[in-house]
Amino acid sequence: MNNRTDIRPGSTMERVNANLARRYAKERRFRRMGMGAIIISLLFLTLLFSSIISNGYSAFWQTSIQLEIHFKAETLDPDGSRDPGLLSAADYSSLVKGALRGIFPEVKKRKERRKLYALVSSGAAFRLRKMVMSNPDLIGSTARIWLPADDDVDMLVKGYIDRDKPEAERRMKDFQIAWLERLQREGRIEKRFNTTFFTAGDSREPELAGIYGAVMGSVFTLLITLALSFPIGVAAAIYLEEFAPVNRFTDFIEVNINNLAAVPSIVFGLLGLAVFINFFGLPRSVPLVGGLVLTLMTLPTIIITSRAALKSVPPSIREAALGIGASRMQTVFHHVLPQALPGMLTGAIIGMAQALGETAPLLMIGMVAFIVDIPAGMMDPATALPVQIYLWADSPERAFVERTSAAIMVLLTFLMAMNAVAVILRKRFEKRW
Amino acid sequence: MQTLIKQQSTIGAADRRTVGRVTVENPRIRCRNVHVYYGEKRAINGVTLDIGRNEVIAMIGPSGCGKSTFLRCLNRMNDAIDGCRVTGDILLDGQDIYDKRLDVVPLRAQVGIVFQKPNPFPKSIYENVAYGPRIHGLTSTRSELDEVVELSLQKAGLWDEVKDRLNQPGTGLSGGQQQRLCIARTIAVGPEVILMDEPCSALDPIATARVEALIDELREHYSIVIVTHSMQQAARLSQRTAYFHLGDLIEVGMTNQIFTNPRHRLTEDYITGRFG
Repeated sequence: MNNRTDIRPGSTMERVNANLARRYAKERRFRRMGMGAIIISLLFLTLLFSSIISNGYSAFWQTSIQLEIHFKAETLDPDGSRDPGLLSAADYSSLVKGALRGIFPEVKKRKERRKLYALVSSGAAFRLRKMVMSNPDLIGSTARIWLPADDDVDMLVKGYIDRDKPEAERRMKDFQIAWLERLQREGRIEKRFNTTFFTAGDSREPELAGIYGAVMGSVFTLLITLALSFPIGVAAAIYLEEFAPVNRFTDFIEVNINNLAAVPSIVFGLLGLAVFINFFGLPRSVPLVGGLVLTLMTLPTIIITSRAALKSVPPSIREAALGIGASRMQTVFHHVLPQALPGMLTGAIIGMAQALGETAPLLMIGMVAFIVDIPAGMMDPATALPVQIYLWADSPERAFVERTSAAIMVLLTFLMAMNAVAVILRKRFEKRW
Repeated sequence: MQTLIKQQSTIGAADRRTVGRVTVENPRIRCRNVHVYYGEKRAINGVTLDIGRNEVIAMIGPSGCGKSTFLRCLNRMNDAIDGCRVTGDILLDGQDIYDKRLDVVPLRAQVGIVFQKPNPFPKSIYENVAYGPRIHGLTSTRSELDEVVELSLQKAGLWDEVKDRLNQPGTGLSGGQQQRLCIARTIAVGPEVILMDEPCSALDPIATARVEALIDELREHYSIVIVTHSMQQAARLSQRTAYFHLGDLIEVGMTNQIFTNPRHRLTEDYITGRFG
């Protein structure tokens, strides 16, 4: 032991063996820590997903009530002109009320009747109007129609309202529950697939609220973001990586691009508000401004990933092209860029996914407004998916809780689809060589 | 070992002057007093050397002696390296290639280069060879281009092996085939000089033999400058040999003279294997 520097043949084996057990133990400990880290992250991920899914899956079903609607000609079209203006202004809710009175003739008091009418969503009248407007021949006929129930009914049917609670603490009174039980016995209550959720815009009534408006807002916003940030980002990356001289100025630019990637997104929102809305006078709440702001936010990401992709192209390819007399431009566009493209696309899609999930900058430019109409273009007021989630999470109605989770599921589906596309694109392009 | 290093460091500046005849009749490339700097560091120290027509000139020397750096000066491949500076004159057929007005694109078409590691483009075999003629606009029709590709692959001795799979990727060939593909790619542009930077160092002996045979055939039409670590290869292939040592051109001469009767002590030490 006192002669540690002795490295004659045969003298070392003993010491190597003595250390061996400790070395392997260290390795095993490290591996176990790695496994532990993975297990913990998987655990939290499962926790997150199971909580979102268990909260949100019921939003894809909506309680409906079947009513015999008599499309009375004297209410809808008293003079028989079938004038669309008159038809659309007619009192459709009286049809619903009439049908409910038909089922429950014993309910006479005004107060009770109002409670009875409240079983069916106020959206039922709109649905009837839509049916009549598209097919005026319905007038005069009677049909059995499934109409959306009110959100309180929906919650009761789905079991979110506890029937054992004292009547005073519950949103549904005993007599309302009795009506519902009778309807259920008659087979007039059914949980049907919630198409409204995927085809409607926002609403104050949970049973009429949908994410389609927010999805379209996100689509338009992302289209603008992609159309601007990908070409600008890739062009900037190519210039900086392949053509720009290395000097203080380009160093300064590089440092600042890295800084920009770390700037909180809300700051980009404030910038967008000051520049695009206040200075250039673009309208508030529109996808165009949202797209511009998110472009600013994703540009650093795209530039950094594109530069990394360009850097990873082996220099031998560049030398080969230069060596037979290709110009720098030809070298870049014929050889370097095709090799770097998968990496660039991956970076762009990751940037887009980031932009899709971004909320804070959109709040600053007014995309947080309550907008019922589905946006049809870049200049229509709109909101975006994550902002819609934020708005619903803030709503007091119990039925919005499940819709919030359902909207999160839709957003996550989009994000996963985008990441899957990134992986597929990379695989597809890499196969070429 | 210790004494040898001491010996080398005691060799003074006077002993580093080039020994042997550096000029030839009617040279293709004429280099006069070429210095190369990487930033502050001097990599090549005043090299004067002529490269003749239809000859193979080998450059030998220990690692880091500047032979590859010198080779890359001849078609300005060093331009791409940051902080690399070249002084002195390098004339190709009387034209200064470091003239500010000179365009490097036609220069590199005249002076082709083959690298140490085979580096075919990740494209088809056909595209690899066709790329040069295409960007330089050497052919106007598809059939002309086909002809150039076939001829180049034939000259590179690769045609018979790949004629049935021209559309397969060049990166799928074996190492030796890849290197011959790179040579075909260089030939396709119709250069006058071919620079080769250790073209066989990544190849097995059989592939090396094929490439060497090819180089010997190519001498008929081209001037070839080859950097090599294998002295046997230099002896087999070249007519003249230049020995570099730590940025200095130590000795130039006919190959058989260098290998049988070196005049400089450093050259002798190197080729007899006392260091390197």
